Amino acid sequence: MQTRHSGPNPWLPRLVVAPGLALGLLFIYGLMAWNGYLSFSASRLMPNYGFVGWAQYEALLENDRFRVAMTNLAIFGPLFIGGAMALGLLLAILLDQKVRAEGVLRTIYLYPMAISFIVTGTAWKWMLNPTTGLEQVMRQWGFADFSFDWLVDPERAIYCVAIAGVWQSAGFVMALFLAALRGIDDAIIKAAQVDGASLPRIYWRIIIPSLRPVFFSTLMVVSHLAIKSFDLVMALTAGGPGYATDLPATFMYATAFTRGQIGLGAASATVMLATVAAIVVPYLYSELRPRK
Amino acid sequence: MGALSIRQVKKTFAGQVQILKGIDIEIEQGEFLILVGPSGCGKSTLLSIIAGLDAPTSGRIHIGDRDVTDLPSKDRDIAMVFQSYALYPNMNVAQNIAFGMEMRKVPKPQREATVQRVAAMLQLGALLDRKPGQLSGGQRQRVAMGRALARDPKLFLFDEPLSNLDAKLRVEMRAEIKLLHQRTKTTTVYVTHDQVEAMTLGDRIAVMKDGAVQQFGTPDDIYARPATRFVAEFIGSPAMNMIAAQPNTAGLAAEGFELPLTDAQRAALRAAGSPAVAYGLRPEDLSLVESGLNEAGAADALIPGRFTIIEPTGPETYATLHTPVGALTVRVPGALRAAVGEAVCLRWLPEQAHLFDAQSGLRLA
Amino acid sequence: MSPARPFSRQLQRLLLLGTLLLFALYFLTPLYVMLVTSLKDADQLRSGHLLSLPSAPTLDAWSKAWQSACTGVECGGLRPFFVNSLLMVVPAVVVSTALGAINGYVLSKWRFPGSETLFALLLFGVFMPMQVVLLPMSQVLGWLGIASSIWGLIAVHVLAGIAPTTLFFRNYYVGLPDELLKAAMLDGASFWQIFRRIVLPLSGPILMVTLIWQFTSIWNDFLYGVVFSGADSKPITVGLNNLANTSSAVKEYNVDMAAALIAALPTLFVYVVAGKYFVRGLTAGAVKG
Repeated sequence: MQTRHSGPNPWLPRLVVAPGLALGLLFIYGLMAWNGYLSFSASRLMPNYGFVGWAQYEALLENDRFRVAMTNLAIFGPLFIGGAMALGLLLAILLDQKVRAEGVLRTIYLYPMAISFIVTGTAWKWMLNPTTGLEQVMRQWGFADFSFDWLVDPERAIYCVAIAGVWQSAGFVMALFLAALRGIDDAIIKAAQVDGASLPRIYWRIIIPSLRPVFFSTLMVVSHLAIKSFDLVMALTAGGPGYATDLPATFMYATAFTRGQIGLGAASATVMLATVAAIVVPYLYSELRPRK
Repeated sequence: MGALSIRQVKKTFAGQVQILKGIDIEIEQGEFLILVGPSGCGKSTLLSIIAGLDAPTSGRIHIGDRDVTDLPSKDRDIAMVFQSYALYPNMNVAQNIAFGMEMRKVPKPQREATVQRVAAMLQLGALLDRKPGQLSGGQRQRVAMGRALARDPKLFLFDEPLSNLDAKLRVEMRAEIKLLHQRTKTTTVYVTHDQVEAMTLGDRIAVMKDGAVQQFGTPDDIYARPATRFVAEFIGSPAMNMIAAQPNTAGLAAEGFELPLTDAQRAALRAAGSPAVAYGLRPEDLSLVESGLNEAGAADALIPGRFTIIEPTGPETYATLHTPVGALTVRVPGALRAAVGEAVCLRWLPEQAHLFDAQSGLRLA
Repeated sequence: MSPARPFSRQLQRLLLLGTLLLFALYFLTPLYVMLVTSLKDADQLRSGHLLSLPSAPTLDAWSKAWQSACTGVECGGLRPFFVNSLLMVVPAVVVSTALGAINGYVLSKWRFPGSETLFALLLFGVFMPMQVVLLPMSQVLGWLGIASSIWGLIAVHVLAGIAPTTLFFRNYYVGLPDELLKAAMLDGASFWQIFRRIVLPLSGPILMVTLIWQFTSIWNDFLYGVVFSGADSKPITVGLNNLANTSSAVKEYNVDMAAALIAALPTLFVYVVAGKYFVRGLTAGAVKG
């Protein structure tokens, strides 16, 4: 709708929106830039605005803990994303079969999204506890040799984070896919049935391919959740044992706030930003450009 | 000074094609002006500019003796009925009608009196408590008109108000709008793409194409003497037949057939430099005669043809024929006893033809 | 489907239901475990195991979690943290939603050069990792004198909430017909009158979605809570994490679980009561704008 000099004063809307939007945008981009600047400075415990070029980033690359964090992300990321997407899609397809208890089941699958990652982490920490958790249950049920000490195993602990993460997020993926499945025109499916296709065939050749747009937008959201994972790790393992389950987010927090290395922390935050941007920006661009 | 003056109004949207190329229209108090044309001709944009919802790139608008070009819509003393009616969904009919008055701080008793008056005029009395979601299409239309009436404005604007109604309802509402205009005598500007609405409702019609007015006149003028080929083909259904004709020493010919011309037509052609011509004939000006290729009435025109499509509509029949000069449609009163493929001849009087310059589309005679 | 083999069809349905039920169990187990564990006392914890029902259910762990559990130095239970969260969440949700409504109204109905670019910028802002604003923001809060306080937390959540709330409202308002506003303008309504009398009354659904979404995100947030809060202003997520991670001689898992449930109750309650709005918020966020 275009309003030039007719109608209410055209400057009024701009004025009204100005403070609110400006603050919101400044918060995001202004602070982002500031953080960028800090990453190029020599700040340690206190901000120090001396410019040191790429020094912090070089230090980052040589930092053992950061390398562990990034490796963990490379393991955790695909597991979390793949697991949540696969489970979510499966649940959505199953629920799409017109089950009577669908409403109840949907509520059950989705409730984990309503609780904090801290709650999730606390609960799973108890459940995966080597002596009192799953291991104890299995032993009391007769599997005397069962051992499940992944949570305290530096090599395996990251998988526990993935398990808890998938538990929390699969329902979200399911909700999105289910909405998309429901949006598919019934007539197409009926035409396929008349053409003699069996149900699995129909899913494989027609329905799943038409989920492509939702697939990508969901993938993007879940990916950015994976990169931002902080709460879950803090509650489940606090980055431990040692820093075996560190992820970039926990690294950043520890570096900037616990260990008094602001410049290094800022650099790690910028790396996280770059990773997210690499995934999100192309997607957003392709979504917003073609104005059909 | 007329009730509405549109002076040299031009409109270009940021960096795009010029939507309006200089519109000049003046209408008198109480007149019903129609803006008609195909989609994209600029009629809705012009209406928006008159309403004050959009500003012209250049040009002025006068309502009465006031220059309103720089005034916001609410100060122009106008009312508008939108294509989608735009009724406020969260208010009931009475509140919808009264909203404008509320905004102008009209005291409550006066508002209520007006609502009652308007409701009586449009038979909305029983619906005053309902919300728009509970009304039918025709009822919503009337509420939209009621909202406009309640403002008692100097100018009524209608933006294709009947497009969303089914055919039967459209005919009924058309009559209601006409009656309303006769009663209130308010100057009205009505935008439509339907040429039947244009012809039946308008006192004067502005036929628009590509941002310019091709002809501005009464329905009679426009029908009997279209100023351009576009107007000729746009108004009238079925559309006017057009034969592509070339000048020759005798006069005008198409595909070897000599087209008869009156002296006035001949003179006009000569004056225009004997250009190529689009020779137009309205379907009702053609008549069917039994096949007789050798009969040649000197003053009449005669062309042979075969029936390809016969469409009976009840009161009349449209028959399309394949002829050497192209497909021609003829309108025949009553039923037609003929079969597809039958041979027959078409006849018409030369003075009934409309001649247009094939290049520019302008009327020659 | 071919009716020729009804038995196989039955079997398929059974398998389907069975699988769905299995997954339901997978999702419900942690909740069950939390509940069951929170109702046990120390002895039952030792003698039973993860999944066993309490032999003599007791609410001791709950009362301890609420008022006397140790969360680091203090041993006042979760109650003060719960209060902090409440004090923080209510203003933050209200203000961010209000700002989002107004911003969304302008961006969708009063286009001006650059409004679409602003929209795109906001959209990216929703996805941006918040790590990137932590350091500068703590500086800013320090300058404003509200660092380590509830006010600081409210400020951060409001600022961070502007992007998603604006998005929600803008996408919703785009669906309101433009002609509605044109009619109102013709009727003489001003910018604010249009907002108050016409747009707002039609905003019911999106208002619910935004309020619930903001409430859930802010209540469940941990990152801002742990970075920007001071000794007296920690929200419940931080309190819970401290409680569950305090190294004391004996781990009191029943108290931990009770505490976790206390932290989860408000958002779970909202979810159960108004879940469909929550789902709409989730799907609205990820569906292309």
